[in-house]
Amino acid sequence: MKAPMRRWSWLFIGPVVVAFIIGFVWPFIQGIYLSFCKFRLISDAKIIGFDNYSKALQDPTFTHAFWYTALFAIVSLIIINIIAFLIAYLLTQGIKGSNLFRTVFFMPNLIGGIVLGYIWSMIFDGILSKFGTSILENSTWGFWGLIILMCWQQIGYMMIIYIAGLQAVPEDMLEAAKIDGATKGQTLRKVIIPNVMPSITICTFLSLTNGFKLFDQNLALTAGKPIITMAGGTQIKTTEMLALNIYNTFYGQNSSATGVAQAKAVMFFILVAAIGLIQLYYTRRKEVQQ
Amino acid sequence: MKKLFAILLSAVLCIGLFAACGTTDDTTAADDSNSAEATGSVYWLNFKPESDEVLQQVAAMYTEKTGVEVKVVTAASGTYSQTLTSEMDKSAPPTLFVIGNQAGVKDWADYALDLTGTAIEQELNTDAYNLYAEDGKLVSIGYCFECYGIIVNPDLLTKAGHSVEEIKNFETLKAVVEDIHARAAELGFDAFSACDMDDSSSWRFTGHLANLEYFYEERDDGGWTECPASLKGTYMENFKNLYDLCINNSTQDPTSLATGGHDSEAEFKEGKAAFFVNGSWEYSAVSETVPNATMIPYYCGVEGEEKAGLNCGTENCWAINAKASEEDQKATMDFMVWCVTDPEASRLLVDSFGVMPYKNAVESTNGFLAAADKYTADGCYVMDWATNYQPNVDTYRAGLVSALNAYNSDQSDANWESVRVAFVDGWAAQYAAANN
Repeated sequence: MKAPMRRWSWLFIGPVVVAFIIGFVWPFIQGIYLSFCKFRLISDAKIIGFDNYSKALQDPTFTHAFWYTALFAIVSLIIINIIAFLIAYLLTQGIKGSNLFRTVFFMPNLIGGIVLGYIWSMIFDGILSKFGTSILENSTWGFWGLIILMCWQQIGYMMIIYIAGLQAVPEDMLEAAKIDGATKGQTLRKVIIPNVMPSITICTFLSLTNGFKLFDQNLALTAGKPIITMAGGTQIKTTEMLALNIYNTFYGQNSSATGVAQAKAVMFFILVAAIGLIQLYYTRRKEVQQ
Repeated sequence: MKKLFAILLSAVLCIGLFAACGTTDDTTAADDSNSAEATGSVYWLNFKPESDEVLQQVAAMYTEKTGVEVKVVTAASGTYSQTLTSEMDKSAPPTLFVIGNQAGVKDWADYALDLTGTAIEQELNTDAYNLYAEDGKLVSIGYCFECYGIIVNPDLLTKAGHSVEEIKNFETLKAVVEDIHARAAELGFDAFSACDMDDSSSWRFTGHLANLEYFYEERDDGGWTECPASLKGTYMENFKNLYDLCINNSTQDPTSLATGGHDSEAEFKEGKAAFFVNGSWEYSAVSETVPNATMIPYYCGVEGEEKAGLNCGTENCWAINAKASEEDQKATMDFMVWCVTDPEASRLLVDSFGVMPYKNAVESTNGFLAAADKYTADGCYVMDWATNYQPNVDTYRAGLVSALNAYNSDQSDANWESVRVAFVDGWAAQYAAANN
């Protein structure tokens, strides 16, 4: 019976593999190739070596965007996971209407990033206009505005993962802890958290990479504004994150910049992949076997 | 039996999948065969959303008359360069597209057919709106020109006890504007309509109003033929004069301009504002309710500005795709010539676009362009669109908008200095970025 199944396996895997190659592998390889080229149109690119990479690394807006993104990713990672875990913990204590709360908290996640960005820009500006200003005029507000937006969108999603984790904590362990006289705090630290480590791993991974890859919300909420033009004319888009920086490089400048943007994108991929893998490695080690 | 069932199921799955993938291929194949029969087709990538309706109409007219397929695709507002970049890479790229300024020439000259000596060039009555590459190749050719300045509602001025004729220079403009603004509550209307700084409106200031600085600087230099590497900022004070006048005497508080959301055009049309900073393309909309609306120049306190005219120029320049097939290029050329010679088509286009600088195109009925002509006839100088030289235009303007936002919320000298830096130093930096 095994042999015929194996013979037909390509039929089942094939379409997915083909779609994956067309939609991911091939563009990825082409992207790497283009990062070594000067091009206006993809169809007539000329190889120029590592020029694009050196230009990208010398670009002050790219370094600014990197540090800004890193700060954003870390702050949003901490806030999102702490609040999501707290809400999940509360909603697994058997309080009334917890199913309704779960649904409500999860719902923002169903709205697209661009729409969310515009909705929140209206909310923030509605408030700030009372003070004669706007979120587009102050980079600190831009930063916290983005954090609030991301929290609002992501907490519900992470909460669902934590709830699943919390519900999987074995009852007998909790009971044993109770019999041994553990306080609520001790139970949380010594029993619950080690047991939901897999959920923490996945949630921190998701929120960290989401923070680094953030694009739509950034574009719709501030689009990098306020922009400071420094003496000499160099522009710093103070609330521009890495993905938006790549996009702006690609479309905002002349044809020699498209290759630079491509080089930035390749470095961006390596960075996100590396950070994600390192984080996975460290949190995995903290997981316990049930 | 089980095996048969599995095979059957997977076969159904695959058919579904390939059918879904295949649909688009089928239609393109059909399109290709159609166009092959009609020897060449036209694909016009248009950059002005407001013109889309008229262009679709003109395209349908041409297809009906000649059987040649004309496809008009319009890029969403502010995304022309992205759309062009992706469309040009496709197997059926645009045959007719727009290269509207020097930055565009830099990017796209290699993809444009040299129009020197072609049928369409021979139809032109002026070469003032042509764009050339550095090697002298005629890259694109103006299909219409427009003008911008300050749109005025003469009736409201009369109501306030003033007249258009009394505005001769910045001093007199300022007197009228400030008088109206001071009495806005009593009059029921204000001087300027909203000067929003969001993407749908900021170009009126960072693109148009800024032109007065570029133009006078260009005039001092004896005319620019290519983008200067840096600006001197000689006329920044004049730009500030007029800009301050606009934002401080308007229907909206200057601190509320950053996010925008005010309908400037509606304010003017409904008689809530007497002045509206915009261009000739607004004529058809504005004349519905203000039939005698006229346009005055950017008076900003420059010496001799009593002799200033409107800002005339264009970004509407046709280029033919050099990489399109010869049949398509020929079909496109025929279509262009038809657009500027056929009375019915040129009527539609002229009413939508403004003056078409071609020998056989019909006359314009646009009141603002008539005003521009009148200034020229009276011996006033035309302020050409030096703004078309803005390097890395989107990035440059974005920096300027941000600086102006900060200035709008707090009109301090320090904040104006940031505007000056974005305006002058920003130019040099973007020039360097675009040319290295």
